Amino acid sequence: MSNSTTNLKAQNKSAASSLFKKNVRKFMNNKLAVIGLVIIVVMTLACIIGAISGVDYTTPDLKNIKAAPGNGNLFGTDTIGRDLFARVLYGGCYSIFIGVFCAVMSSLIGAVLGSIAGYMGKKADMILVRISELFQAFPQLVLVMMMVAIVNKRGLSNLIIIFIITGWMTTFRMVRNEFMSLKGETYVKVCEAFGMSRTKIMFRQILPNVMSPIIVSTTTNVAFFILQEAALSFIGLGVSDSTPTWGNILNAAKSISVVTNQWWIWVFPGLAISLFVLAINFFGDGLRDVLDPKQQ
Amino acid sequence: MSEKEVIFKINNLKTWFPITKGAFKKVVGHVKAVDNVSLEVYRGETLGIVGESGCGKSTLGKTVMMLENPTDGEVLYNYNGTFKDVTRFSKDEMFDFRKKVQMVFQDPYSALNPQKKIYTSFEEPLKIHGINTQEEREKVMLRVLNMVNIQPDYLMRYPHEFSGGQRQRLCIARALEVMPDVLICDEPVSALDVSIQAQVLNLMKDIQKEMNLTYLFIAHDLSVVQYMSDRIVVMYLGKIVEVADKYGLYSNPMHPYTKALLSAVPVPDIHTKKKRQILEGEVPSPINKPSGCAFHNRCPHCMEICKKEDPILSDKAENGHKVACHLYR
Repeated sequence: MSNSTTNLKAQNKSAASSLFKKNVRKFMNNKLAVIGLVIIVVMTLACIIGAISGVDYTTPDLKNIKAAPGNGNLFGTDTIGRDLFARVLYGGCYSIFIGVFCAVMSSLIGAVLGSIAGYMGKKADMILVRISELFQAFPQLVLVMMMVAIVNKRGLSNLIIIFIITGWMTTFRMVRNEFMSLKGETYVKVCEAFGMSRTKIMFRQILPNVMSPIIVSTTTNVAFFILQEAALSFIGLGVSDSTPTWGNILNAAKSISVVTNQWWIWVFPGLAISLFVLAINFFGDGLRDVLDPKQQ
Repeated sequence: MSEKEVIFKINNLKTWFPITKGAFKKVVGHVKAVDNVSLEVYRGETLGIVGESGCGKSTLGKTVMMLENPTDGEVLYNYNGTFKDVTRFSKDEMFDFRKKVQMVFQDPYSALNPQKKIYTSFEEPLKIHGINTQEEREKVMLRVLNMVNIQPDYLMRYPHEFSGGQRQRLCIARALEVMPDVLICDEPVSALDVSIQAQVLNLMKDIQKEMNLTYLFIAHDLSVVQYMSDRIVVMYLGKIVEVADKYGLYSNPMHPYTKALLSAVPVPDIHTKKKRQILEGEVPSPINKPSGCAFHNRCPHCMEICKKEDPILSDKAENGHKVACHLYR
């Protein structure tokens, strides 16, 4: 006890218990979630390595149009003879980036606004809820078309902006509701009694307790945005044709003759999307089981 | 005995919660949780506040702490002889006031942030109150932990690893970190097991002696209050009906409500027969209080005047024994 004043934190490290370690162990017991995580990591790494090593995804090989898999093209070639394997790898980078970036940004906006609305209540809450309802009532498709018309070109930034401003409401509502119930907890009152500032109470005290549902909803949002991007690109409103994304590659399969005769053009990008989204959903479910305190 | 220093002076304090109705939030009435309460608290004493559920004792505590905004009235705090009105404090003055008066809450199970280690929960109040070096903070933490008999290595654990009694002791320790003069205890032991209650209560008494604290002890358990308090305030429907020192109150209860309350305390002896005075009816709603004395429709000694006139709290016996009742004129 004599020298215990020196450094309490370092000295008692051995006595510390770790929530993180326990959670990792729990996650590892969920086979499906681990498989999901492995698929996510492998696919993401493959796409990034493919992009960095500079696979050729642009040069059309006009002698080799619509070639079936094999013969130097692992996934075959598309309607103008570009290597599909390279395009799927490269497209993965874009698709995954869009999904992850939009999900994280919209969660961030939703979490911050939700905290403010839930904790402040009254006028601030009313205004923010009305705004979120306004955004929710506006069809995403029309917004995308409007954006394309205004900016006068199809592009990545368009899509990302639209996804973010139409995607934050679910997180917002969830965070707001959690805050409304958590702000009645005694520890919030204790912090108020100590004179802690409202920003600190919101973001340092309450938000960590809402973190787990936010993380879970972010993972499912990644899958949602990837699917959205694919759908919009498929109907020709997404990213411009020159940048490959999984949805853009699928775009080629709009013609019936491709669907019936060249299965590889749509099966491989379709498979990539489905596999990735499925993996994310498994992973998200696993995370929920680990993080949700109500299920412990 | 006569030279008691007043630390808190509460004058005509009212905390009303508006009830709103309709789309335009029209105020249709008020829940009068604390209604015209005047009180003096002396330095170093334990003032017990009793009353049944919903009589406004917790709201009174929270209002004194300025966690609820009072509708009217003033709370004067003694700053070295000069009284300042807490209800009109600016942000900075309020921040300083937070160091003087702290609170221990009823529910120890939710009073510690479940996501944070005890160490972090203990460190934060010290950080915001300007103790900047880790060494100094840890010195304070060790001192308060020593007071509540908790080993320092427990600091690295999470709240769910502690029992209720340990958690309440941790909460008390945390409140003591800022060296307050007054500790408002809002039913600090009601969530605990009886054997643990005694342990925590004794600990609180020891701490009071050590730090010369003033306690505002809110409880509904009369035996706990009798054990802890020097003076006792009895509340009914947001009003004070009787104030007395504990000997005066338990030996000579004057207000009919106090008498009924005391007759309900169980006696740990099966051979003594005790005449139980049972009150009829329910507690009236704090929204529509009865006219005159709030207690008149349940009072066994109800007179004509009780229905018309609200009795004033005034000295009726020795040692500052105050009662609000028309029976004693």
